[in-house]
Amino acid sequence: MSSVGPPPATARSKSWTVKVREGGVAALPPEKLLPDGQPTYVASWIYVFGVASIASLIVIIGSGSILALKGPAWWHDTGVGHFFNSIHLWSVELFFFAMVVHLWGKYWMAAWRGGRGRVWVTGAVTFLVAIPAALTGYVSQQNFDAQWIATQAKDAMNSVGAGAFFNLTNFGQMYSYHVLLLPVAVVLLVGAHVLLVRRHGVVPPFELEKKLPAAASAGAETDGPPPSSTGATS
Amino acid sequence: MSFAGVMGAAFNLNHPAHTVDWHFIHLSVANVVVIGLMFLVFLLAILLPFPGAAGRRAARRNGGAS
Repeated sequence: MSSVGPPPATARSKSWTVKVREGGVAALPPEKLLPDGQPTYVASWIYVFGVASIASLIVIIGSGSILALKGPAWWHDTGVGHFFNSIHLWSVELFFFAMVVHLWGKYWMAAWRGGRGRVWVTGAVTFLVAIPAALTGYVSQQNFDAQWIATQAKDAMNSVGAGAFFNLTNFGQMYSYHVLLLPVAVVLLVGAHVLLVRRHGVVPPFELEKKLPAAASAGAETDGPPPSSTGATS
Repeated sequence: MSFAGVMGAAFNLNHPAHTVDWHFIHLSVANVVVIGLMFLVFLLAILLPFPGAAGRRAARRNGGAS
């Protein structure tokens, strides 16, 4: 007769799913993953631009998905297509606008303090990966503007020796990069960035770090208010 | 007249882009405007008070709920 109960404890402890689950919960316990409050210093406009970047990215992906479904004839030749094409363009403009202000803010806060190096690096790499994501979009428009940008940008790629494997005039390659490879990379990086922010907490101001040295490196649970008690900004 | 026609009458785009040139720096006026706006928004984000922030800080100092 076969057993239907859970396996013995020794077998469970060797399971990779158990290790991943326990490691994940240890790194990001639920109260850190989905907090109900933030430290009072987060109540500042300079902390708004990170989430503004994410909001823009959601609009970019939504409008881009519709453009991909309908195709170039639709986005060039119909009123609704023009509308979604413009939504896609302006959400990209807002994405970069918000991301640059977020980057400046975090740079002048030295947001890599207190063991937050990976938070900073994933954010900076996201910015760098977003640039070719936008460039490949400009050359995927299927118009004279795209041709002009492609023929100009190919010289830049050739000058650094990258033209052999990244050909700006190859529409198929650029479109694949634009609708799949680079968006997936950006979304994964943003996801990692947000999870790392959750794990380490929002970087405190310099003044608070001087007053409470331990708070700077200990993460959100010590930077912030006690859960559901004082000072929460939610 | 269509919306595009009205906007076209207001902003004549039928010419090469205006640029700002200084030594090796070569920027379109449109990009300079965007960069200027980013600086402006950055300064405003630092200087402008966030709605409700003072009340939350006061509540925290007093040990009460926000």
